[in-house]
Amino acid sequence: MSTPRSSGYFRTSYARDAALVDTRAQKGWLAALGIALLAYPFVAGAFALDLANQVLLTSVGAIALMLLTGYAGQISLGHAGLLAAGAFTTGILFKETGASFWITLPASAAVGALIGLVFGLPSLRLRGLYLAVSTLALHFMVIHAGQEYETRRGLSSGVVIDSPISDPRGWYFVLLAAAVATVLFSLNLLRGRTGRAWRAIHGREAVAEALGINVKAAKLSAFIVSCTLTSMAGCLFAYYRGFVSAEAFSMFVTIQYVAAVIIGGIGSILGAVLGTVFVVLFPYGIEALMASLGLSDRLSSVIFAVNYAAFGLAMILFLVFEPQGLVGIWRRAQAWFLLWPFKQKPVGK
Amino acid sequence: MQLAVNIAVLAAIYALIGCGYVLIYRVSRVLSLAHGELMMLGAYGLAVTASLFGGHPLIAIAAAAVLALCVGFLVYGLLMWRMTGESVLAAVLATIALGVLLRGAMILFFGTQTQYPLQNLGWSNVSIAIGSARISAAGLVLVLGTAAVYGALFLFLHASRWGIRMRAAGQNPLLAAQRGIRLHGVYALAWGLATFTGGMAGMLIACDAGIESTLVTIGLKAFPAALVGGLDSLLGALIGAWIVAGAEVLLIHYVDPLLSDVVPFFVLLAMLIIRPWGLFGTKEELDRV
Repeated sequence: MSTPRSSGYFRTSYARDAALVDTRAQKGWLAALGIALLAYPFVAGAFALDLANQVLLTSVGAIALMLLTGYAGQISLGHAGLLAAGAFTTGILFKETGASFWITLPASAAVGALIGLVFGLPSLRLRGLYLAVSTLALHFMVIHAGQEYETRRGLSSGVVIDSPISDPRGWYFVLLAAAVATVLFSLNLLRGRTGRAWRAIHGREAVAEALGINVKAAKLSAFIVSCTLTSMAGCLFAYYRGFVSAEAFSMFVTIQYVAAVIIGGIGSILGAVLGTVFVVLFPYGIEALMASLGLSDRLSSVIFAVNYAAFGLAMILFLVFEPQGLVGIWRRAQAWFLLWPFKQKPVGK
Repeated sequence: MQLAVNIAVLAAIYALIGCGYVLIYRVSRVLSLAHGELMMLGAYGLAVTASLFGGHPLIAIAAAAVLALCVGFLVYGLLMWRMTGESVLAAVLATIALGVLLRGAMILFFGTQTQYPLQNLGWSNVSIAIGSARISAAGLVLVLGTAAVYGALFLFLHASRWGIRMRAAGQNPLLAAQRGIRLHGVYALAWGLATFTGGMAGMLIACDAGIESTLVTIGLKAFPAALVGGLDSLLGALIGAWIVAGAEVLLIHYVDPLLSDVVPFFVLLAMLIIRPWGLFGTKEELDRV
């Protein structure tokens, strides 16, 4: 999984090894990316801005799932349930007490951490499939609790939340800050002791334990961190949509997040972001394709079904032909430009 | 009495669906999360053959059954064989992706309206009295059909050559392959049989209540039944189905009808905490920490 480098690149100190950005070229590109991201809302139209907001919002949850599945190796099929937990915590607090954002966000985080602990407990005894199934069961329970609240309070169509920000441009900066904070937090965590412990238990638990890693603590911390982040994303989601309803958190949402992680490429934060971009833009791409083929009139009533089918097909194609995901393609492209005009594979790949 | 009949019908549904999960898991250690969709596809298959062979219901049913079997072979031949030997996650995700693909494709081809294949077959779903309770004809067929399928599966797995090969491949794939058992053939057969039994369940539910999108949810709810009994035990699936169905019907009746969708997962979680390998599952099979 090493990044290809041009010759003359040496790491001579441990600090340099752990640095997030170390070459001048990387700093340059990062600055360019930063400027592009900050300038984006001033050049993009309303539709493009909404797409960017969706990508940023989804990327928080996708990165959280990547930490858990891609790094710590724990499968979760319950991420929609976690989003729902955050969103409903926000919705209920807002509805019942009129709490502000500065109360609902920490409350969502606390609920997420608690659920993370509950989600994580089965992982101490179960592995692989069985763990995935237990998270699936928890998903249904969280959704049921949300539905129960809706019916008890007579809010059958959902909870309406007044958002403090209504300007999409304002939202863009809030969500950008949230996404960047998540990326930085995750990268920082991953290069430290916790992240190394996660990768070790992903590799092989028995060896990790022999190396002195507290496997139980590492697993639980992975679940708690991932669930807390996802739940906070759920809180943002509630404010962004201005509306919380159990129908919005179906199994398909979980599948979308898992697909973002898989299509992006397991074990890479960049992959989570790329996968999110793919998953969020995919339905719009299909719609545009249909329109250009002149099919959209005939299929307008079943456009969501076309989306479903195409999405499943895309997932299958990635699983079968590109298990490394978009990040694998990205790395190959990087290596190709680096080695051009030669075509050797980089050593150690 | 009516409650007992309801439990029996629901248990038969769960057991018939659950044996598909068990067959695939037992032979290839893959959990098929596309089972609900495959089941629905079987039901649509019946709707299609019923309108094709208008006046001959028996031919239509036989054709639909063969169709379901072939779909299972196709699923393995086109997709799942590539996942043999891959990680558990990749295989499960492939089945999830297949499920999404199938769901979209089915809406495209068959629409979203509820269909009633029984009318196309030219039969009606009469209500039969058993003592003080009533059962629909399709429900009765469902109970009897499940019993027949389980009997046939037990015979097949223990007395026929291919059945013994399937058990061998499930116990130790490497050794089985060394002994000359064609693993891909055995796995394809497992997928075929699982889709066949799932398709049967789908068809019978469709006869009872029509084809709706809730069929997929029923498919997913049958999974706890298979796991409670032990994912690699057919007998377990049968008993697990009774437990889950009993809990569901009784809680709906006495506590809250809204619980219907969660009860199986409550039972599942309780089982995972107490005895993760299920009532009749093999303990060694569970990849325990």
